Amino acid sequence: MSLFASLPHLVRRQRASLAATLIAPPAALAVAIVLNLILYMIMGRDPLAVLHAMVLEPFLSWASFSEVLLKTGPLLLIAQGLAIGFRAKVFNIGAEGQFILGAIFASAIPVWFPQATGGWIWPVMLLLGAIGGALWASITAFWRVRLNANEILVSLMLSLVAAQFLYYLLLGPWKDPAGFNFPQSVMFQYDAMVPTLIAGTRLNVSILIALALSIVAWVFMEKSFMGYKLQVGGLAPRAAGYAGFKESRAIWLSLLIGGFAAGLAGAAEVAGPLGQLQRSISTGYGYAAIIVAYLGALHPIGIIISSVVMAVIYIGGDNAMVSANLPIAAVRVFQGSLLLAYLIAVAFVRYRLEWPAQTSAKGSTP
Amino acid sequence: MTTPLLSLRGISKSYGPIKANQEIDLDVAENSIHAILGENGAGKSTLMKLIYGVEQPDGGTAVWQGEPLHLASPAEARRRGIGMVFQHFSLFETLTVVENIRLVVPGRKAELTERIRTLGRDFGLEVDPLAHVHALSVGERQRVEIIRCLMTNPKLLILDEPTSVLPPQLVEKLFDTLRRLRDGGVSILFISHKLEEIRAICDRATILRGGRVTGHVDPREHDAHDLARMMIGRDMPEPMPAVATEGGDKQLEIIGLSYTPDDPFAVPLSDITLSVRAGEILGIAGISGNGQSELAGLISGETVLGREQHDRIFMMGKDVGQLPAAARRKLGFAFVPEDRLGRGAVPEMSLVMNSLLTAHSLKLVNGGLVDKSRATAFTNDCIRDYDVRTPGPEAEAGALSGGNLQKFIVGREIMLAPKLLFVAQPTWGVDIGAASAIRRRLIALRNEGMAILVISEELEELFELSDTIQVLHHGTLSQPLVTRDTKAEEIGRYMIGASPMKASA
Repeated sequence: MSLFASLPHLVRRQRASLAATLIAPPAALAVAIVLNLILYMIMGRDPLAVLHAMVLEPFLSWASFSEVLLKTGPLLLIAQGLAIGFRAKVFNIGAEGQFILGAIFASAIPVWFPQATGGWIWPVMLLLGAIGGALWASITAFWRVRLNANEILVSLMLSLVAAQFLYYLLLGPWKDPAGFNFPQSVMFQYDAMVPTLIAGTRLNVSILIALALSIVAWVFMEKSFMGYKLQVGGLAPRAAGYAGFKESRAIWLSLLIGGFAAGLAGAAEVAGPLGQLQRSISTGYGYAAIIVAYLGALHPIGIIISSVVMAVIYIGGDNAMVSANLPIAAVRVFQGSLLLAYLIAVAFVRYRLEWPAQTSAKGSTP
Repeated sequence: MTTPLLSLRGISKSYGPIKANQEIDLDVAENSIHAILGENGAGKSTLMKLIYGVEQPDGGTAVWQGEPLHLASPAEARRRGIGMVFQHFSLFETLTVVENIRLVVPGRKAELTERIRTLGRDFGLEVDPLAHVHALSVGERQRVEIIRCLMTNPKLLILDEPTSVLPPQLVEKLFDTLRRLRDGGVSILFISHKLEEIRAICDRATILRGGRVTGHVDPREHDAHDLARMMIGRDMPEPMPAVATEGGDKQLEIIGLSYTPDDPFAVPLSDITLSVRAGEILGIAGISGNGQSELAGLISGETVLGREQHDRIFMMGKDVGQLPAAARRKLGFAFVPEDRLGRGAVPEMSLVMNSLLTAHSLKLVNGGLVDKSRATAFTNDCIRDYDVRTPGPEAEAGALSGGNLQKFIVGREIMLAPKLLFVAQPTWGVDIGAASAIRRRLIALRNEGMAILVISEELEELFELSDTIQVLHHGTLSQPLVTRDTKAEEIGRYMIGASPMKASA
């Protein structure tokens, strides 16, 4: 027989075991760490020093751990929103753009009313940001429902448009007149900033909002009928059609929720650690959140854990760049290999390898 | 007695805890038509897969023409002279007949074309070798499958439920072909659960029940009743008598409906007219692929008519052509689709969550949140009342056998207490006992005044159930035929398009 016939093939398991489902993410993380350490060795770095900088240091001081939590906030928010859509098989890949629009919408208040004061400002900014993200996502939903335009492509390309729109604002109408021609807005007034949670750190209230919304997401997906309808649409679209659950509604809802959460995260970022609208408001949160969502098995609780893991990789990667002289691409490579390892792990949760039967051994049992 | 062609001793096969075949003994003689008779789930398919090399047995011996037989693959089986025609055809629709055959049989196209014609003449398997498969009827496709097997000169031909896709007239023709093949030196293993057919054509019959052989008989010496008892292990339940009812309100009426689907391979419907009254069962006969799924989608609301199509479909007296599925259900419509997994049920979800799919209207949702305890109670009722064999309400729908899942879906839809119930293929893959329970239940509901529409491929079933039968063929529906004044042959004529020209195609 040919070579092809002697290779093992994937056979679908009768059902995935819960244990395997739970083990897959940490196993993927372990594999990704080992692979990357080998890579660092090949690059001539001391793997133990990198490991120390990346994995341990973020936990060693309160200052660096508060930075981990600070990064966790936007990742957690975006990933919770995206996961709801992913479970409905609506693939919003454009959270990055929705994040940017959220940041822009939120910035409108301090940019247009820099003198305004009052405790209402930052909540209104967050709300505006969420609305901005949802509006941006609604463009994708509209074309998907109207013309069946693929939401992956539309949302992804709209992210590039959003970035250009941001640059236009920063180079033109919203440029800080006293900013030495740097492409950034005015610094926001005090009331336009999300209150800090712990004095001496940059950690602010938005992490609590993210955790609260995680609980809301859990109730929505696990307890509500609407969340149930979304899951049916994702698992068995024809069953959704049979039951009369509208696909268009699932698409709208998924994208609006994803856009709302990403926009909120964008608003919290400019009204939090940044304090102004800049070119580099996002370090790829919108894309990293996709990995976070899947690493958390699209489950609200899992995502809380995976968003911390991803934040550690961000902070640890920054540390390693400084202390172990790693290139800036190292963090991206780590994220990429983590996603890849996870996808392979998940494949083995649902499938098993089967080697071709040893023909001589079987069939002749007495 | 001469050496049998194929001889099995003590063949066993298990899938995990399920013993699909236990200690099977079977002798197939040369030049014979041998029936394997059993209910769904009796182990017929597993046994054929073992003989054809798709699967390997856990134990037992097989002897082929006096020599030990160990098959690793169907390709090896074909080399040894064993061919098989599956119930579901494996032909490429966009290729011609001869191109399909060339994928398996080596040879020049012209030469193969000639051999196809010769085989066709010799065995009554006429088919145009240059025709595209998508343009062929189901009967012709089956002939192509048989020809493809015959091209490899088999000594044994396995046919899996070959008559399930054929109208009565073509069944006779197939039997003629099979007799000619037998006389030409090919033995045939004929798998079926239709007793009359087996009595009509088979020389020997082996009966399976629960994975074991329960008898080797000459089917011509037993009547259908005997065979049925051997097959199901008890007497057949009596059908439920239908009470004569006054025609109630028209709960479903379709008037002059024509519809061309977007999918080029789907069947366009033309000028469909039918009506179902309260207290009446209308059966739609016909071979699958004649527009059944298109019609079902239009009735269920999974397909909606365009705005220009007014007054075509009425439910409970309302024009519903443009209404989506959910709105039709609100009017009192319930539907059991022909495919259970992925449409009638979500395989990855528990039965409780699958109850919710359509029964959410029975207050299983409270303030937007799922009322888990009520949903579980509903599911338990359904499992108990419809004899669904499952470890419990939390079992995944995909883990249930086809028949049990069908009982669950039928039960769920009946528990909605609809005014109009539409059931497509009510008993596909359901064992005889459960099938008869489902049919009794449908007749009882009819007697209580429900309007019921049934689409089925099984004529016997429609004759047992329906007050009126209409036949769907090539997207057109025959006039209504009152069941008690109609013979099966008459239905059969409509099933192949009535005119003698088409009947020979």
